Amino acid sequence: MSAPTTTHVKPGMGAPGTVREHHEHHELSFLRKYIFSTDHKVIGIQFLFTGLTFFVVGGLMAMAIRWQLAWPWTKMPVIGGILFPNTGEAITPEFYTMLFTMHGTLMIFFVIIPLLTGAFGNFLIPLMIGAPDMAFPRLNMFGYWAMIPAIACIVMSFMNPGGGPAAGWTAYPPLSTIETAAPGSLSAQTYWLLALTWIGVSSMMGAINYVTTIVKMRAPGMTMMRMPLVIWALFIAALLQLFALPVLTAASIMQILDRTLHTGFFTPTNLVVNQMNPEMVGAAAGGQPLLWQHLFWFYSHPAVYVMVVPAMGMASDILATHARKPLFGYKPMVYSLASIAGLGFIVWGHHMFTSGMNPALGMTFMVSTIIIALPSAIKVFNWLGTLWGARIRLTTPMLNALGFVAMFIVGGLSGIWMAATPVDIYIHDTYIIVAHFHYIVFGGSVFAIFASIYHWFPKMFGRMMNETLGKIHFVGSFIFTNCVFYMMHQLGMAGLMRRTAMPYDYETYAHLQPLNQFISISAFCLFAWQIIFVFNFFHSLWWGKRVGRNPWQGCSLEWEAPSPPGHGNFDHQIEVYRGPYEYASPEVEEDYLPQAKKLS
Amino acid sequence: MTDAIATYDSAVDAPRDHHPVYDYDSGPPVDRGKFAIWLFLATEIMFFTGLIGTYLVIRTGAPSWPNPEHRLAIGVTALNTFVLIVSSWTVVRGLQAIEKDDKGGLVKWLGLSILLGSTFVGIQAYEYLELIHAGALPNQDLFWTTFYTMTGFHGLHVIVGVIWLFCIWVGAVRGTYSAHNYLRVELAGLYWHFVDLVWVLLFTLVYLM
Repeated sequence: MSAPTTTHVKPGMGAPGTVREHHEHHELSFLRKYIFSTDHKVIGIQFLFTGLTFFVVGGLMAMAIRWQLAWPWTKMPVIGGILFPNTGEAITPEFYTMLFTMHGTLMIFFVIIPLLTGAFGNFLIPLMIGAPDMAFPRLNMFGYWAMIPAIACIVMSFMNPGGGPAAGWTAYPPLSTIETAAPGSLSAQTYWLLALTWIGVSSMMGAINYVTTIVKMRAPGMTMMRMPLVIWALFIAALLQLFALPVLTAASIMQILDRTLHTGFFTPTNLVVNQMNPEMVGAAAGGQPLLWQHLFWFYSHPAVYVMVVPAMGMASDILATHARKPLFGYKPMVYSLASIAGLGFIVWGHHMFTSGMNPALGMTFMVSTIIIALPSAIKVFNWLGTLWGARIRLTTPMLNALGFVAMFIVGGLSGIWMAATPVDIYIHDTYIIVAHFHYIVFGGSVFAIFASIYHWFPKMFGRMMNETLGKIHFVGSFIFTNCVFYMMHQLGMAGLMRRTAMPYDYETYAHLQPLNQFISISAFCLFAWQIIFVFNFFHSLWWGKRVGRNPWQGCSLEWEAPSPPGHGNFDHQIEVYRGPYEYASPEVEEDYLPQAKKLS
Repeated sequence: MTDAIATYDSAVDAPRDHHPVYDYDSGPPVDRGKFAIWLFLATEIMFFTGLIGTYLVIRTGAPSWPNPEHRLAIGVTALNTFVLIVSSWTVVRGLQAIEKDDKGGLVKWLGLSILLGSTFVGIQAYEYLELIHAGALPNQDLFWTTFYTMTGFHGLHVIVGVIWLFCIWVGAVRGTYSAHNYLRVELAGLYWHFVDLVWVLLFTLVYLM
């Protein structure tokens, strides 16, 4: 791209690899540099763009769902004519079922997990531990490229004639395994399962790489207990994926076999669906539908923590940096992350209280789930302790991190309460559940992702995002998020069931339509408000203010590298002398003491 | 996937950096390739745990379960198990040879392992063909459902292992490995032993129990 003999640091000079002294060195072709790259920063940015693209798609699906719930069976503006020419431009029940299935699938497997572990895991880990790249750069590249078959499969399932997958993102059999059970579950569900398997392969390669890199490639002096919390969080999330994901892969494969070879893992005896008995067409039977739920949640509950643990780590880092105070209680923060993850393996049954599982087993799952409140509370109080008496800089990343903490508290508290079996039996599958997990995943993870994009954008691209636009974006998003999801608690308490296309046919729910209309209007505003973010992102990419190495005056190692860092990250040997949160240190004049600064 | 882990080559994979070589804090005294292989094997253990756990849940929950003796040729498979165990031993002999810089020994023992591994796959394929010929298909009942899934996925792992060992063998024939450079032999060996160990478990659970 630019001249290969730049002899001084020029932050923001376009492509990675041109910012440092670069004598007669390989200039990679565009394809090698940006498409088939083994550079962890480029791969991270590839994940970032992929994730954000699917965020828009998944968001549009949510808007269609909200349209139906507010004004059921009415003409859908703009796209109704294209999608539903035969039903008077209104949504169909089958399409609604597919919408919430795909909304959940995309948001979890193609947005939150790739953004947190794929984008930020890749970008931050080597930079923040002082390594030039991942332990296995080529494996890292394959990790991103395994996303491509996954995307192909999910598009195939979406475009499948006869409709997309309609069994919910949890794919409970026999609904998901019997072809006549749901409309459009012919081959769409099989493609859906293949997509999940490929995503699993991608995450697996990433996780092996992250753990190896963190264990083996820390800069001298960077002990485990000097690592920034976001690195701890990504480390723990990678371990969660390593041990939980293969079980989902095994379960998906068994469901694929049930669907294609008519094996009988999840098909019970004498099952009749739509006048059809699977045994009549040669399928094996005698299997256990409940087994799928156990296998699925054995992965998917830890996956919930894969979606929130990195967000906790990011929030910890961003809070400390912008509060200009050391993080309150570093070690308890590490141990509480680890115990949340550890407990995450033994709580999956709380998704199954009403499944007919043994009530005694339900009791143990209830207790283990409620125990998670303890490490979570440690985290929340330590975040508050970090803010206590701090000289807070209310920057955009800080605002978003504060938003994360606030909404994590709401979602976390409702989580404890609904973990109690008697409560759950009443509210199971109502909008309370929808409200709860959106507070964690949207209010929590997405706000942490926004905070991280604002915080690390200068390091990624060498330019600042616009602060004013960022603040406007935050305030609107925060208000509308609460308008949307807080009100869902009210719907849930009124007993409104989730996954229902037309709840108002039931007299008990008819009075909830105005509330649903309020939620939908708020949701449309929330969606539209993100245009500010998109504009800010792309505008700043080209015309943002250029920054030096350390725009936020942070202590951790990524700020030692140029912005954006070149190939190989650092232009000098990094040595670490202290922990990552030495803000307001009395030993130096400035209010921060970087990890790599040697005091004489 | 497995290949990428095994064939990490610092000359190719390390970022070609023109700065002084980076130092690292001393992690555990194990090569990063070996560390990653152990992590990978942990994921494999969880994968087979999913399959075997399913088998046990379905089998213990079934009202009746056929006696494997009446359905499977246990004698032949016992022989096949022996073949696989011997192949693990030959891989160890190959590793011992290259540790002493005996390049010919490595070629010999690895070649023997590949032969034994292929024999295992061949006998399993023969077993499958016979069974399918007799009408035992995975959709017959839960016995065949679980049998084909578990042994099938194990068979795929053996095939991957044979291909992996073959790649190492080609390197050995070319003289790539020496007493100072045999990590890749060791990594392929680790995977091979894992596949072997899983088979011992599967043979016990599916054929003998």
